[in-house]
Amino acid sequence: MLRRTLPFVLLAVFLAACSTTVPDRAASDTAGGTAVEGADGIAAEGLPGGEIGQSALEQGPLPGSQEDLEINVGDRVFFGFDSAALDDAAQETLDRQAAWLMQFPDLTVTVEGHADERGTAEYNLALGERRATAVKNYLVAKGIDPDRILTISYGEERPVDPGHNEAAWALNRRAVTVVNVVN
Amino acid sequence: MTEDGITRRALLLGGTALAIGGLPFGARGQLRVDITRGQIEPLPIAVSPFAGDGAGAADLGRRLAELIAADLDGSGLFRTIDRRAYIQTPAELRDLPRFADWRQIDAQGLVTGVVRTSGADGLTVEFRLWDVFAGTQMTGFRYTLSRSLWRRVGHKIADAVYERMTGEKGYFDTRIAYVSQTGPATDRIKRIAIMDQDGANHRFLTRGRELVLTPRFTPDTRSLAYLAYRGRTPGIYLRDLASGRDRRLGSFSGMNFSPRFSPDGRLMLMTIARDGNSDIFAFELAGRRLTRLTDHPAIDTSPSFSPDGRRIVFNSDRGGSPQLYVMDRDGGAPRRISFGAGRYGSPVWSPRGDFIAFTKIKGGYFHIGVMRPDGSDERLITRSFFDEAPVWSPNGRIIMFTRQDPATDRTRLMRIDLTGYNLQEIPTPTDASDGDWSALIP
Repeated sequence: MLRRTLPFVLLAVFLAACSTTVPDRAASDTAGGTAVEGADGIAAEGLPGGEIGQSALEQGPLPGSQEDLEINVGDRVFFGFDSAALDDAAQETLDRQAAWLMQFPDLTVTVEGHADERGTAEYNLALGERRATAVKNYLVAKGIDPDRILTISYGEERPVDPGHNEAAWALNRRAVTVVNVVN
Repeated sequence: MTEDGITRRALLLGGTALAIGGLPFGARGQLRVDITRGQIEPLPIAVSPFAGDGAGAADLGRRLAELIAADLDGSGLFRTIDRRAYIQTPAELRDLPRFADWRQIDAQGLVTGVVRTSGADGLTVEFRLWDVFAGTQMTGFRYTLSRSLWRRVGHKIADAVYERMTGEKGYFDTRIAYVSQTGPATDRIKRIAIMDQDGANHRFLTRGRELVLTPRFTPDTRSLAYLAYRGRTPGIYLRDLASGRDRRLGSFSGMNFSPRFSPDGRLMLMTIARDGNSDIFAFELAGRRLTRLTDHPAIDTSPSFSPDGRRIVFNSDRGGSPQLYVMDRDGGAPRRISFGAGRYGSPVWSPRGDFIAFTKIKGGYFHIGVMRPDGSDERLITRSFFDEAPVWSPNGRIIMFTRQDPATDRTRLMRIDLTGYNLQEIPTPTDASDGDWSALIP
């Protein structure tokens, strides 16, 4: 994630650096022209003022990319403690995921199931698998070809929040839909 | 690796002293350590530096004695007396000890020995264990081996002393495999590592490019099964420790995990998750045949055989929350054995058969506990923010487990006696979790 956005950030910084020099150069060109006229004895008028704003234009997420899914659709759903039930919020996210997958019929995805740390490692591997499959089954019920959806469980091995508290555990009990990279 | 380079011969003593293994010791009502009690006074014992013949032999004899003393002290059952208090020299101890000299410093047991080096690699080690008050030899052996295996002979001698004094097998000539952890919690690098029981000969078996979990020794100690996120589906691999070669154990539809071997090494139990449902299967290693043992929409995982190979304890949430169940080896007659308040997991049957160790989560704490195979006599022996993944020493007297400290975020291996005493950290070069303890190396 960081690696993917870093070039954009660097480009923006570079353009931002440019943006301070571009208006200066424009201003000196204009001043040069006026100076020539001034040499002909015509009273110099005040130079046109104001600044030209400039900001870098970033390309938005590519349609059908992981970033598109993450930013415009929602790539993850969350679960209650020791549960694989999909609540209303999760179902809304998955409805959007299903519609999005319909738009990009060539894409395949892997649903990664995760658990918080409040269980044994092996039980959590099974629980993560149960969560990933709950997401897969929901998407299939919404018309997505089951062959387009792989599942994998990471159990408690890949927390997004390293904290040891309820808020962290709630973020870690998740299933994340990841677009498969075609080789 | 040279696993088989040690031969052992019993040492008989001439003259009037008793032959090895003479009378059953308890019958004479003499020197014996009772390890079934909780907190005991460690038995004072002397371990003399071994006498040496040949190049480097005396140095090796001193290091052997130090290793044996460290093993015995670590058990909590023995207290080795500082060798500066010893009156007799190693050379004098080649003959029958002067027992009065050892009684004077309150040694109840005495370990003596001789090291002989020959050629580039030859090594012979003799040792004898003496009952200082009775003035008799309790046991003695001669080992011939390659010099590179000298630490293993030290552990074997410590095992022989432990066995003679307690009446139970030791656990010193064994290895520990575990998951080494480095890097931040959200991007943890995990590697399978292996070391001798005392931390020596540490090495990494995987490079950290893939997630690896749950190393489990085969009963012959020659191989290690582990879960690796390699290829499209995570699966169980078997590493041959001598050659370093891996092979994937079966290619199943669905993720397979939680490997554990039958006592005879012929079967590997595991969990296979298919379509979101985890069930327990037995995989025959030679015939590569797979047999389903549970068929239930609940989570069934963490199987572990009883030492007689007739029953299997496992973890299931079929009753609404994770609990412990015992079934027959073919999957028949499953019955719940855990009934206390709380959630149970990772059950492991003791090699002695008398207890099942488990993780219990209750009231915001994790505990390591033990219960009888019928679920009676439940006893919690640890409590912390995060204790889990118990395994047994091969003699069923010590439980090793993983402890994570939320304040420092350190994760490490701990050990504690079955009785709940003698809690110790097992030192590892990195953070460590999910240890497995090998059987005694043959």
